Amino acid sequence: MQVPAQVEYEKAASVEHAVTLLARYGTAARVLAGGHSLIPMMKLRLAQPEVLIDINGITDLCYVNLTGTQLRIGTLTRHAQLLDSQVAGEHFAILHDAERVIADPIVRNWGTVGGSLCQADPSEDLSAAFAAMKGTMVIHGPDGSREVSAREFHTGPYETVVGPSELLIEISLPIRPGGGSGYQKVSRRAGDWPVGAAGAAVWLTGDVIEDAGIGLTAVGATHFAAAEAEEYLRGKTASEDTLARAGQIAAENCRPVADQRGPADYKRHLARELTTRALRLAVARARGQAA
Amino acid sequence: MKVTLTVNGGEYVRDIEPRLLLIHLLRDELGLTGSHWGCDTSNCGACVVWLDETPVKSCTVLAVMADGRRVTTVEGLGSADRLDPVQRGFAECHGLQCGFCTPGMMLTARWLLDRNPDPSAAEVREAISGQICRCTGYENIVKAVLWAARNGGSG
Repeated sequence: MQVPAQVEYEKAASVEHAVTLLARYGTAARVLAGGHSLIPMMKLRLAQPEVLIDINGITDLCYVNLTGTQLRIGTLTRHAQLLDSQVAGEHFAILHDAERVIADPIVRNWGTVGGSLCQADPSEDLSAAFAAMKGTMVIHGPDGSREVSAREFHTGPYETVVGPSELLIEISLPIRPGGGSGYQKVSRRAGDWPVGAAGAAVWLTGDVIEDAGIGLTAVGATHFAAAEAEEYLRGKTASEDTLARAGQIAAENCRPVADQRGPADYKRHLARELTTRALRLAVARARGQAA
Repeated sequence: MKVTLTVNGGEYVRDIEPRLLLIHLLRDELGLTGSHWGCDTSNCGACVVWLDETPVKSCTVLAVMADGRRVTTVEGLGSADRLDPVQRGFAECHGLQCGFCTPGMMLTARWLLDRNPDPSAAEVREAISGQICRCTGYENIVKAVLWAARNGGSG
């Protein structure tokens, strides 16, 4: 029987209240959102906070909306809500691709976008999707809000830039013309973490790739991104050879490690193949040739 | 700490430890043993109950998180003289063998049919993809849900 250790519990009524509580308890506290990463960690004593700050009552943080040229996602948004969001799917097909393969429908009902990001598992899917889309994280603390690029958000496995008295409140994604995106994942069984996965975004002018974003997860990519492959793609024509070469560059620059999900060379193979496939899908969508 | 929650329409007030999991509150404190306690790792779905409008895995939800919310378990799905169409479907189509996964499967099926009254077999399989039948009786579970959709679907 797995049960968490004894813990104190506080219910936050607002973002400000949550930040006040976090400032009071410091590193002894952990934020409780959906809890679908934290509670299993607590059962195994991999996490043993003294206090849980429950933010599930802060429904102000449950939203997916379009403001000008930004898609804004509140961090208490459940995975299922993001998957159901028409506006998210319309502008960022990558988000729906990724959400469809995150855990299972029941876990997605309660697990949150912000929780997944802050758990910072090195195999987490949305981290790669937001890296590909070059999103911005909004973090709120006692002195107000600050913004951090998605690529500066993670500082290592299970580590982020969010301080002990701060709360991740929003992710914003810029909507740019000529864009298309997609996500490709290989996992061993339904609902599992990826053996490897890649997300890609391209912004085209005609057939020329003006800019590209590539996110990789579970394969040891720095900041969940393939910066060298993106650099290679900029200004090139979106041909099959170019996309295949970008996949190869992405694979050469990641550092997968062998674990129970697969050997390193297989994961490197996935990094190459899935990057190419995600780019192919992103390009087809940018051209209006794929749903 | 003191919590107040509505379970299957009835209000319950209990003084509980914050670390108590919802599945244990339901089974051990309230005596509602229809929800099963399976893998303990949010993989198998035997513990699925509804929290407000959606099914969740209650081995991965603290009971305090249900404070002020509505919980629906299999005991609240139907009654002996008025079964939910999903329950009748499981009976008609031999949708259960040992029965361990059945309460969770039925609660997910009810949720699916409320959202999608005429699902395809693939949509049923996707809906129950986070739940494990240890008898591997998936074929008949899918048939049972499709039967419910054809026979009174929304209940």
